[in-house]
Amino acid sequence: MQHMEFKVKWGMVIDLDKCTGCGACSIACRAENNIPPMQDASNKLRTTDWMNIYELSNGKKFPDLEIAYLPRPCMQCGNPSCSTVCPVVATTKDEEGGIVSQVYPRCIGCRYCMAACPYHARYFNWFDPIWPEGMEKTLTPYVSARPRGVVEKCTFCHHRFNAAKEQARANGADPLDLPEDAYIPACAEACPTGAIVFGNLKNPEHRVAKLAASKYAFRLLARLGTDPQVYYYSKRDWVRQLGDNYLQKELKGGEHV
Amino acid sequence: MANSKSSVVLPFLVGVVASLVLGWWAFPKVLYSQKTQPIRFDHVVHVEDQAMTCDQCHTFRENGSFAGLPTTQSCADCHSDVQGEDPEEERFVTEYVQQGKEVEWLVYQYQPDNVYFSHIAHKDIECTKCHLDVANMKNPPVYYENRISGYSKNTMKMWECERCHAQNGASNACFVCHK
Repeated sequence: MQHMEFKVKWGMVIDLDKCTGCGACSIACRAENNIPPMQDASNKLRTTDWMNIYELSNGKKFPDLEIAYLPRPCMQCGNPSCSTVCPVVATTKDEEGGIVSQVYPRCIGCRYCMAACPYHARYFNWFDPIWPEGMEKTLTPYVSARPRGVVEKCTFCHHRFNAAKEQARANGADPLDLPEDAYIPACAEACPTGAIVFGNLKNPEHRVAKLAASKYAFRLLARLGTDPQVYYYSKRDWVRQLGDNYLQKELKGGEHV
Repeated sequence: MANSKSSVVLPFLVGVVASLVLGWWAFPKVLYSQKTQPIRFDHVVHVEDQAMTCDQCHTFRENGSFAGLPTTQSCADCHSDVQGEDPEEERFVTEYVQQGKEVEWLVYQYQPDNVYFSHIAHKDIECTKCHLDVANMKNPPVYYENRISGYSKNTMKMWECERCHAQNGASNACFVCHK
């Protein structure tokens, strides 16, 4: 499939040295994106977390033990593995901004995309979404709820992108040249330590572009060539090493052999 | 020989005609139920006699979103009391304004939940390109509700959106219109 280039590329840089693993991003995401509460969330193969948080460890014993937390939204890959395998074109990467779309009524629930996504960023709705009485008032009207039987994923809070474009049009500004922070997802807004930075990767003025260009920035499983729009940032070597699969003997590397 | 041929052709033609009548005339009649607005709102009185413009009642909010239909309160800016002779206006004032109730207008264009439409992005296009030309109607048009889907007959179909986008060079990416 043709690699599409966009004038605007929404991207995220997550500073793993600032992330405390508190889970505020994950909760903000659930509330914003109408992810229904679960009666029993003990089976983690059946739960939904668009912004999932992984725990990383350097594997050493105390006092050398170090822990880091890695929040994982959809990577909005430049070469998405999911959209190329979708048999019904329910997921595409074709809109300016580079956000991978997911159209729920079109999805047939075959879950090829889930098998293809190397980041486990996609979730299948195993159950009917049920909001206990009173909680339906917390629904976000700008995000459609998903029925049982379809796949869903993080959309970088795409409805906020739409709202920011409307605001820009109301101000008489260019909707495709949004100022920094005119559009940020719920997770970035909620993060108490400011670990999640969001903006246009193609705009050198935006903080994300500067951070993503840093030598401390890396992307998950970069060697697969998925070209994610989500970057991670850490000054700790062992954290950066965990961003990809390395062989025992190439621990200094990171580039292709 | 000729006789046996017509005995095949004639029933076939009768069947075709019957099917066409059924499919093009009877079925659409059965498919849509007809509804009328709760108040017989007269646009012409407002637009021609009072020289009001569309955007006086159908406003944009400051954040660029579209407020759509006016609330009872904004109608009450003028209609706090009965203004004219029309019995429907009197009914509106007594049943809605004085009771502080919203009118449950039937919207001819409501889209499904997974559709996102930005009015401000389309504000340079004539309203009547998509909406019924109600500004020139003394009586609100009949609302046809699809008995199966529950949507209005006038709700725009995806191919209509896509055609206009394609003709005007606008993007037809999924997330431009879907949420």
